[in-house]
Amino acid sequence: MMLAAGQTPLKVSIAASIASILLLLIVFELIRSRRLRERYALLWLATGVVLLVLSAWRGGLNAIASWVGVETYPPAVLFAVALLFVLAVLLHYSLVLSKLGDQSVVLAQRVALLELELRKRDRVEAPESAADEAAEPAARPR
Amino acid sequence: MKGLAIVPAFNEAGSIGNVIDEIRAYDATLDVLVVDDGSADDTCEVAARHGAEVVRLPFNLGIGGAVQTGFRYAAGLGYDLVVRVDGDGQHDPAQISLLMPAVLSDEADICVGSRFAGPGGYRSSATRRLGIRLLAGTVSLLTGQKLTDTTSGFQVLNRRAIELFADDYPHDYPEVEAAVMLHKHRLRLVEVPVTMRERATGVSSITAIRSVYYMAKVLLAVLVGMLRRPATPLEDA
Repeated sequence: MMLAAGQTPLKVSIAASIASILLLLIVFELIRSRRLRERYALLWLATGVVLLVLSAWRGGLNAIASWVGVETYPPAVLFAVALLFVLAVLLHYSLVLSKLGDQSVVLAQRVALLELELRKRDRVEAPESAADEAAEPAARPR
Repeated sequence: MKGLAIVPAFNEAGSIGNVIDEIRAYDATLDVLVVDDGSADDTCEVAARHGAEVVRLPFNLGIGGAVQTGFRYAAGLGYDLVVRVDGDGQHDPAQISLLMPAVLSDEADICVGSRFAGPGGYRSSATRRLGIRLLAGTVSLLTGQKLTDTTSGFQVLNRRAIELFADDYPHDYPEVEAAVMLHKHRLRLVEVPVTMRERATGVSSITAIRSVYYMAKVLLAVLVGMLRRPATPLEDA
């Protein structure tokens, strides 16, 4: 079957719409069950909404495709947009990971310093046990 | 003048005891803090047996995070002076005396022992020397100060430098980025020639492939660091 140039096949629109709706439903369910925090869900919701709009609104997709020079197969724009959103989500993850990493460094440092502080206090309160402790410091954490 | 020796150590049970003894032999009034960076061996026990305070990190943070733990400790307890000595025995504590004068006379906020500043070669692989030179060249270019060894962790720091680094200290090969940070915060760094020893025991945390990765990472960090807004506000000079 020959495609008319620059048209989105109906089946592609339907399949893509269903996929977008599924994505939205899954994200909603994850928020509802409190497994996904709203702040992380926002990007996913935006992804789902934009993909749904582009999938269902066939004229729009065709028009955007011809603006950006995609002449033969407009759904390629759908892939491109989906890919951009996935990249945005990944970049967001890198940001979150960097922040978590920095925070866990600070936590590790504070915990370690607090432990040292505690051991020092124990030593002041019970000086006779200092020798024991020097020989065998507090149990290893692992 | 309250002084603290910070000794970062990762699996250095074989050499840490000797390092502590040598620091004590150099100056018995220095408190010694060993930062055990998540060692799997007896580093912590050996250090405690040799009379050092030991702060034990719950997992490996890398040299930057470990050393910063020491700076936080020093800043919190009001130490005026910090000496950094690596736990692998590479730095000879007897040579701390070479680093002290510049900081004690307030000629510098931090004095770094350089392997290349003076005569007498440092024996190391060609690639490693090249890497060290490349980093030093980049930092010299960025700071406008001729530096020869920006990867040296053999340093003496005063209160201003301690407070700066307690707040904000870089992660990998921290000394390179730290040199740029010091420059941005208008702290004074001087280098004095020292000789370093071959590591006594244990394994260097820097392998060949890793060092290439670190080089790229550090160069990126240094270049971006010049453009970055400092985490702690600059003091007006």
